[in-house]
This record gives sequence, C-alpha cells and structure tokens, in this order.
Amino acid sequence: MADVGRHPRIRLLTLAEVTEVAGHVGNFRVTVRQKARFVNEKECTACGECAKVCPQLVPDEFNLGLSLRHAIYQPFPQAIPAAYVLNPADCLGLNPIACGKCARACDKKCINLEDQDRELKFEVGAIIVATGMEPFDPFDKGDFGYGRYANVITAMEFERLASSGGPTGGELLRLSDRRKPASIAFIQCVGSRCAEQGTPYCSNICCMNTIKDALVLKEHYPDMEVKVFYIDLRAFAKGFEEMLWRSKRLGVKYIRGIPGEVEEDGQTANLRLYVENTETGKIENHEVEMVVLATGVRPAKTTEAIKQLLSLQLHPEGFLLEAHPKLQPVDSPIRGVFYAGGAEGPKDIKDSVTQASAAAGRAARLLAQGTLAAEPYTVAVDPAKCRACGACLKVCSYQAFEWEKGKPAKPIEAVCAGCGTCAAECRFDAIEAHQFTDEQILAQIEAALAEEPESKSLVFACHWCSFAAADTAGVARGQYPARQVLIRTMCSGRVAEEFVLKAFALGAPVVLVSGCHFADCHYLNANRHTQRRVERLWDRLEAWGIRPERLQLEWISAAQGQRFVYTMQELEKLRQTVTPEEIEKTKEILRNPPRVAPRPEPKEPGEQPFRCLRCGKEFKLHYIPGKPQERTCPYCESNSVRLLVLKEAAVSASAK
Amino acid sequence: MSTQVSEPRIGVFVCRCGTNIAATVNVEQVAEFARSLPGVVYAQTGLYVCSEPGQKEIQKAIAEQNLDRVVVAACSPRMHEPTFRACLAQAGMNPFLLEIANIREGCSWVHTSEPERATKKACDLVRMAVAKARYLAPLTERRFPLKDAVLVVGGGVAGIQASLDLADAGHQVYLVERSPSLGGLMAQLHKTYPTMDCAI
Repeated sequence: MADVGRHPRIRLLTLAEVTEVAGHVGNFRVTVRQKARFVNEKECTACGECAKVCPQLVPDEFNLGLSLRHAIYQPFPQAIPAAYVLNPADCLGLNPIACGKCARACDKKCINLEDQDRELKFEVGAIIVATGMEPFDPFDKGDFGYGRYANVITAMEFERLASSGGPTGGELLRLSDRRKPASIAFIQCVGSRCAEQGTPYCSNICCMNTIKDALVLKEHYPDMEVKVFYIDLRAFAKGFEEMLWRSKRLGVKYIRGIPGEVEEDGQTANLRLYVENTETGKIENHEVEMVVLATGVRPAKTTEAIKQLLSLQLHPEGFLLEAHPKLQPVDSPIRGVFYAGGAEGPKDIKDSVTQASAAAGRAARLLAQGTLAAEPYTVAVDPAKCRACGACLKVCSYQAFEWEKGKPAKPIEAVCAGCGTCAAECRFDAIEAHQFTDEQILAQIEAALAEEPESKSLVFACHWCSFAAADTAGVARGQYPARQVLIRTMCSGRVAEEFVLKAFALGAPVVLVSGCHFADCHYLNANRHTQRRVERLWDRLEAWGIRPERLQLEWISAAQGQRFVYTMQELEKLRQTVTPEEIEKTKEILRNPPRVAPRPEPKEPGEQPFRCLRCGKEFKLHYIPGKPQERTCPYCESNSVRLLVLKEAAVSASAK
Repeated sequence: MSTQVSEPRIGVFVCRCGTNIAATVNVEQVAEFARSLPGVVYAQTGLYVCSEPGQKEIQKAIAEQNLDRVVVAACSPRMHEPTFRACLAQAGMNPFLLEIANIREGCSWVHTSEPERATKKACDLVRMAVAKARYLAPLTERRFPLKDAVLVVGGGVAGIQASLDLADAGHQVYLVERSPSLGGLMAQLHKTYPTMDCAI
C-alpha cells in the first residue's frame, strides 16, 4: 500500500469516483469527481492533534461500528494517504465560528475548512475495474438472530474483534458482557448457496476464512471450544486441506449441518443451536457462548454504476461478466477494459492478486503495441442508404456506432467486434460487414443450391461455436450423411432473414441457423437477435403456409461435436419429409410473399405453452417478455422451440 | 461497397492432406470441377498444401498465373487460415483475398462411408468458396493511436496490485478510490490465509 502512495507513476485519487467515461479503447476520456478532504494530504503528518480537540464522536466504519472515531480522523493507522480526513457530514459545521477547533489545533495549518470538491479529467488507453465485492449483511434477513442477539456476530466483526488494532486490542470479547467466550460456533454459508437470498453461488472464501479464524482461536485460546457448522467444506487450493487438518488436530469440531434455529438464553446471553447432523441423521442441540456467521460476499453496490459507465454486463449472480469464462477471464467484453479482484466474482487475496497481475499484463500488452490494431471484420455504413433509424445501434452489444438523430450512423472501427448483427438488422441494406457481406453470403447460398437443391440442407454456423463444433465432430470422426452444406459467419447474429428466405426460394428443403449457447455468445448477447429473427421467420413461414419446422434453430458449443452430429442426422430425417411438390409450392409463395404483421407477445411473465419444431412435442416453459432466454425441448433437447400462444393472431394476419 | 470483380483470376488449391482428405474425396475430380467454375483460371491438387512446398506452389501460381483471389480446399479455416493469409501476404497479395473450403473436418472425416457423395459435397463447398471469392475485397487492419496510461478503479488489494505492476512496467496509472484510504476489505482483515499473517 505504501508503495502506491510514493510511486512516481501512480496518481492516487482517494475520496474520488469516476463520473464519466467517453471514447473507447486506446483513448478513454475519463472524468473523476474528488470530494474535499479538508486536510492537505501532502502536509499532514498524522500527528492527531486535530482529532484530540474534535468534540464530535461517531461510529467508526473501519471497526464496523464497534468503536468510535472523531469527525476528523485517520481511517486506520496504516491508511494511505497517511493523512487525516474530515467528514463534513459528521462535523459540527465547517464554519470556524461554529467550531473550527481542529483548524486551530493544527500547527502546520493543513486544515482548510473551505476545501471544495474537484473535477479532474484525463485520458487513458485502458481501464482496470477493481471495484471489489462486499460482505453479505445478515441483518437484512435477520438470519440466526443477527442484530437481535448481542453475541451473534459476522465474520468481519470477528476480524475486528480479533485484531490487535481493533476495538478490544485483540481480545475476543462477547458484546453482551465483554467477557471472553469459553465456546464459539461458526455457521457457514450465511449468504451463500442460497437462491432465496439471491446468492445461489459459493462465496469461495468463507470456508478457508473460518478455518483460519478457528486456527487463530486455538493458537490464542487452546481451551476454547470451537465448532464449525457446514454444508460442505471447500478447502480446494494449495495448502488449504492441510490447514483444515491442522485445525482438526487442534480440536476444532466440524459438524455437517446448518442450524435451523439459533436461540438466545435470556439469562446468560448464550446461544443454543438446533441442527440436524447430516452425518448421523440426528437432531442435536449445542450451547455456545458466541456465534460467528461466516458471511459470504456479494457484488459491491458500486458494480451497477461501473457497469453503466463502461457498458459492461453482469453475470446473473451480479458480478461483472468476462469476455470468455475460460479463455479471457480477465478481459471484459469491452475492448481495453479488464477485471481484477472481487468485482468479477468472489475471490480471496491470492486470487485477487493473481487476477490483478493478469489484468495488468493484459493492459500492458495492449499499451505495448504503441498503436492499436483493429480487426478488419468491421462494418461500413453507406450514408446514401442509411435512414438514421438507429436500429444498428440498438442491436449492437458494443455501442460501436456514433449516432446522431437525423444523421447516418457512423461505425467506430476501434470498438466494433465484428459480429455483423447490425448488417443483418439493417432494413435498408446500408451496412456492409467486411468479409461477410450480403453479396458474398448470397453468392454462397446460390452456389450451394445451384444443383439438386432438394438433396441438401443449408446450415448457417457461427465461427466460434457451431462451426467449431463441426470441426470437433470431424476430429472425432463423427459420421453423418453428406447432405449438408455449411456457411460460416462470425456470429449467428449475422444471419439475415433475407438469407433464409433466399435459400427457401432457391429450393432448399431445410435450413438450420446455429450458434453459441446463450452463455457462450462471443459477442455478448448478439445471438439473442438470432433467436428473435428465427422466431419471426417461423411466424412468417406459417402465415404463408410454409411448414415452420423447415427452419431449425440450434445452439451448439464448440465442445459439442456429438450434438452437432446428432443435429445433422436429425436434419437429414427432416429433409426427407419435404416433398418436391412442397418445395415447388414454397418457391411459388416466396415469389410474392404477402406482408405478415408481427405476432403479439404475451405481456406478463409466466408459464407459456411451447412446441418443439423438431420432435413436435408440446410443453410449458417460463416466459419473460423482452428477456430472450435459451429454450430447450425437454424431450429431444432441440432449441427449435416455438411459443404457441396467440397462434390465432398470426393466422388472422395471414388471412388479411 | 464491394462488388464482383469483373474478370477475377481465381486459383483453387485442393489439398489431399495425405490420405486425410484424398482417401474419401476424389480430389482430382474436385480440382477438375473447380476448373469449370466461372472466374477460376487455375486449379491444382497438393499433397499437403499447408506445408512449406505446398505454400510455395500457391505463391508460384500467384506469380505465374497472375492470380487475384485464392481458394484453398483443405482443413477448417479455424486451423490454417492464418497460415494461408501469411502465404498470400508473402506473395504480395492482400491476405484477405483468401477463402477456405473446409473439405476435411466438414467433409472427408465425417462422410467416410460415402465417398461419392462426399466428393459431390466437396465440389459444392468449392463452388461456394469460389462464389464468395469473386466478391472478396482487400481489407487492411486499421491502427489507432493509444494513450499510454491506465485508469484503475478501486484501491483494494486487486487495484493496488494492478497499479503497481503497471506503474513498475513504466505506464502512467490513475488509481481512483472512493473511500479516504487504500486497502479495501483486505485492510480490515486481522489475519489472512494461508500464510496466517496480517493483511497490510
């Protein structure tokens, strides 16, 4: 920490928040608002004379309210910057007439009661988001009597009570009577692995933190009875299992089972825990003098703000979503933005440090290039054709367009990731996706169906997942009938409705659109647009009297070679059901297809009937309007799953 | 906007990949078929087109036949696209004037029991690649200036480590922390595992 304070190339801005980030990778323009400190951090020697005369006392955040501090204070003895700070909200009044004792007590005259907030602007090439995580607060849920029973504390409160710099000078005391407890229980997974509390995940750190706490206790107080109530003990990393065994050797008791209830004895303020020991199947009760809740972690409250500022995305658990969970774990999906520490997911110090160095390495790699290379798979907008409707920007996961009302959209080459979704979305043919242009793909479709179109199925496959799955199938020598031809696009989002209709118009019996599973999409969520387009095509095909099942949709990951083979086999079965007459009729219809009104969507979330367009079975799935979800047939695992509700509306539209 | 080259000069190179492709797909027939396609002025087979001699053949043909588009019918583009792009660049061609027909992972390896259909499919894949090649346009990687500075948001253990690494590596760092001090959650910990020492 001290190294940061004195490093010539680090400008440390405390009491500061990023308020705006403009620009893009290589050239982010950052605005920071720094709150007034009221103490000159360079001049202050942290002598503490100011605090001595401060008449105000408030709970000390650093000790979680277990001690008091003054309105002018040092957050903790080793704080960096090593300077006092005045919190105006705690102060009697910054007006020297109201108080001003601190300013008079400071010999060096470092205290300026007229200090103002400042705004700073600077430019950077890369950003590392290290906004962290925060402990779960069991007070919200009233878990295990926390907040009601004085001797039920959280893991963080335990840290402060055990710390020699803490409110008790390192003596572990009960809050009810300031007495050392003779027995103590740790309850694991408080705010972890519990979907009801919104924290379905494992918090990663609490098992080891409890084992560490138990060791600390046994080293200081060998006679203290220490019990740990757990679901599973996750001591998975190097040296962890050994720590667990060491604690067991020192007498720490591990009981598999989470107490259903904690009761306080009104006389002694001891706590009684009722628990089903899942190893013996017996209900037990344990009386202890203190309970520590091994509270998990959740995303910091600031995560949402940084997400908004940088157009990042969140994992369903609320932590920041990485570009790829396996291969780009410290890259955000936004180029030039990297993750370090708990903001990306629960992690301990070692993992945070490791990821921070990795993020620094990734940022340094970017900066070391001197200039920034942008892949040529970007897009060009023809200003003569663009009608400034803004549809491209709406579907762009990267906000890679400069857009002003009434002016042609302007792609930002450095930001564009090259999925081509905008080119598929543009109704005015104004966007060209380099290396995957409309002309090129239409030429491929025509060539594919030039001879005996009735004998093949046309498959659109995305570069990252489904095309890669075809490779995986090949490497494994998975066999399927030689009846399919693949067209590769970078993302399934590039597949325009026009391409599918062109294939049917040229006599294709069956078309498959395939891409990554929702969680794997290499362009954040571009394949949601694929699903939307396929769903709309199903409606249109049906309204025109073309069997919608002739258009299939599958999500196949790069690893799912088997799934690819199976899909190809199923596709061939489907192709055999399409008669030459049907193909001719389709061609006829598509020569002059009538307009089809969009089918109304259900307005409320809830169970809705769906039909699988592969196996034909009907079933119910949860549906949330405006929130596309990956849908899988519970019978055959196909993703060609179509909403059935309001079918009448589509039929009536076709009748018009 | 790209348009079709009026008179493209496309060269097609069909790889045998030892027997990986040639055992199932009749590569000579595929090359013969390629010669019949509009725009194709040259087509040949090769034992291993990706090998050094195989690439030399491509470069030789580019020079001798004055090719302006190259189609390689071989393994998946996920495998050797960078190889062949570099090969074109070396021959003085724009590396993006290349299209690959995947006749190995996507054909010979998955249709071993039906060589005739596999050959037909390989022809289709080559026809598609040639059709796309006619519309390929030269592309250039763009380069943008970079600001040699990094913003680190958050002064906990991760932000501290990232800042020090970057600053030590010579980059300017702006470390923004919301609270009055560095340290984050870490600073509040009494002892830390697995070393059992203090956090700060």
